[in-house]
Amino acid sequence: MASDATVPLSERPEWSDVVPLSQDDGPNPVVPIAYKEDFRETMDYFRAIYRSDERSPRALRLTEEALRLNSGNYTVWYFRRLVLEELDHDLYEELKFIETIAEDNSKNYQLWHHRRWVAEKLGPDVAGMELDFTRKVLSVDAKHYHAWSHRQWALQALGGWENELDYCHGLLEADVFNNSAWNQRHYVITRSPSLGGLEAMRESEVSYTVKAILANPGNESSWRYLKALYKDDRESWISDPSVSSVCLKVLSRTDCFHGFALSTLLDLLCDGLRPTNEHRDSVKALANEESDTNLASLVCTILGRVDHMRANYWAWRKSKITVAI
Amino acid sequence: MSSSSSSSSQMGELVADKHVRYILMSEKKESFESVVMDHLRMNGAYWGLTTLDLLDKLPSVSVDEVVSWLLTCQHESGGFAGNTGHDPHVLYTLSAVQILALFDKLDILDVAKVSSYIAGLQNEDGSFSGDMWGEVDTRFSYIAICSLSILKCLDKINVEKAVDYIVSCKNLDGGFGCTPGAESHAGQIFCCVGALAITGSLHHVDKDLLGWWLCERQVKSGGLNGRPEKLPDVCYSWWVLSSLIMIDRVHWINKAKLVKFILDCQDLENGGISDRPDDAVDIFHTYFGVAGLSLLEYPGVKAIDPAYALPVDVINRILLTK
Repeated sequence: MASDATVPLSERPEWSDVVPLSQDDGPNPVVPIAYKEDFRETMDYFRAIYRSDERSPRALRLTEEALRLNSGNYTVWYFRRLVLEELDHDLYEELKFIETIAEDNSKNYQLWHHRRWVAEKLGPDVAGMELDFTRKVLSVDAKHYHAWSHRQWALQALGGWENELDYCHGLLEADVFNNSAWNQRHYVITRSPSLGGLEAMRESEVSYTVKAILANPGNESSWRYLKALYKDDRESWISDPSVSSVCLKVLSRTDCFHGFALSTLLDLLCDGLRPTNEHRDSVKALANEESDTNLASLVCTILGRVDHMRANYWAWRKSKITVAI
Repeated sequence: MSSSSSSSSQMGELVADKHVRYILMSEKKESFESVVMDHLRMNGAYWGLTTLDLLDKLPSVSVDEVVSWLLTCQHESGGFAGNTGHDPHVLYTLSAVQILALFDKLDILDVAKVSSYIAGLQNEDGSFSGDMWGEVDTRFSYIAICSLSILKCLDKINVEKAVDYIVSCKNLDGGFGCTPGAESHAGQIFCCVGALAITGSLHHVDKDLLGWWLCERQVKSGGLNGRPEKLPDVCYSWWVLSSLIMIDRVHWINKAKLVKFILDCQDLENGGISDRPDDAVDIFHTYFGVAGLSLLEYPGVKAIDPAYALPVDVINRILLTK
């Protein structure tokens, strides 16, 4: 196959009976680079096969050549599916083919949709393979949106939840700022049939998240994850000492960004947390010349300075404070 | 921090003429980019033509040429393909409808046919598939709702279920993903908020919570990213910004810094805009950069509708007729 691909289609005996069809919306452009000639020719032959609806082994090989030249071409993927069905082609082989295309360029929707179509046909037997495939893609780009979407689908449709939380942990050890991995953690604890759900997992997850926050307090994802563990349960959120304590710990440090700790404390106060002297003191310690009798208001003022890009937002938050503390 | 039109010499300027030239040249099929993007030419045409209209240069193209090519992309099913000889998909159907709207040529469409194609892609749970092969994504919900709204055929779908599905994709951070449980992403958020805006369902959005998530996308350089801890990209100037405008929270962004970021992404010599400063330009980012500047009310750029992603005068024309 590889050696054949370098010979122009017009010179291959196998294709001698086919008349290639060129794009019929205008004269062919003058193309200075040889690569474009390959591409144009392959697409001309593809067009002929597509028009005559030839669903043969050579058609399958031609779609492969076309996809190697341009994996974004969705019509070629479609036609390939028709041919695969017609020929009742080995779909395990197809999974391998998709992987080779992904090696070159994994950022197109068509490839992922095609993969799902194949995996769906093969069923739960390929659960492990889909997790492996996405793991490979994520090892190159740990925030790859399509890969995560496919992985979520695979877990729901084919199973394999058992090691997912550990997998997320591995990714977070490599990069604790990986928002996708935090999102996946949330996905697992809320949807895995083998875990008890959000409330059951809350304590262990809070402990996990607090560790992550203390290691990197300037991490938007970990703070958001922490809040999400309480969902709509305002009472638990404001009364859990772990939450209040992590804010205080971060605020007392001099080596990190305080923005998220401050905004979390602000949320707690607005949700009804009664501040202690410790709360007041740690906030006052961060004030330059700012002061305010209302603690929540003071937090907003400081945030306007510490997170200056969003000064308008913090000013608005300040205007909305109703708690008298 | 208020008006972006002052001190424009400090923050650079929009080289509009160069962008116009860049777009017109890309239409000529000479570049490698155009060869490889062949199958999504309909999208490319929408990006290029809308940008031209925003810069008041739409008359530079031949309406008849574009429209006759566009019609070769239509299928029996009523859907449009990305280019002649390709298969139909909602992605290209929306772009085709938007292009015809730009040219005020929606009347050449067999509206019943196109709307049936789109409506036929709604699933039991209210979601939409992109085409007959069944891929589901909230992008397609937006596309269906936006195009049917332009064609005034929203009643052909089950709007309530469509909204329910979108709401099921809402996450605890206030954002939306491509499917239920998927990570919040600015592009998907635009699609969901846009769809909710068009169907009058914005009350399902927690505007304060989402507004905060969206304004957190602004990074030190002034550019916007699409998710926490990702690099800024000019295209988010559209997706994040239009979402903020639709939920009335755009004042939470530092506008001046964003304007500067977009202007820094221009190729000042050859025209075109790239994803971030000093990268290669493309039509996609050129459109999003100019559209973002429009939302920021940059002088010399026409106003764009944040939900329909078409110039406001085009949308007004549509909404005020028939």
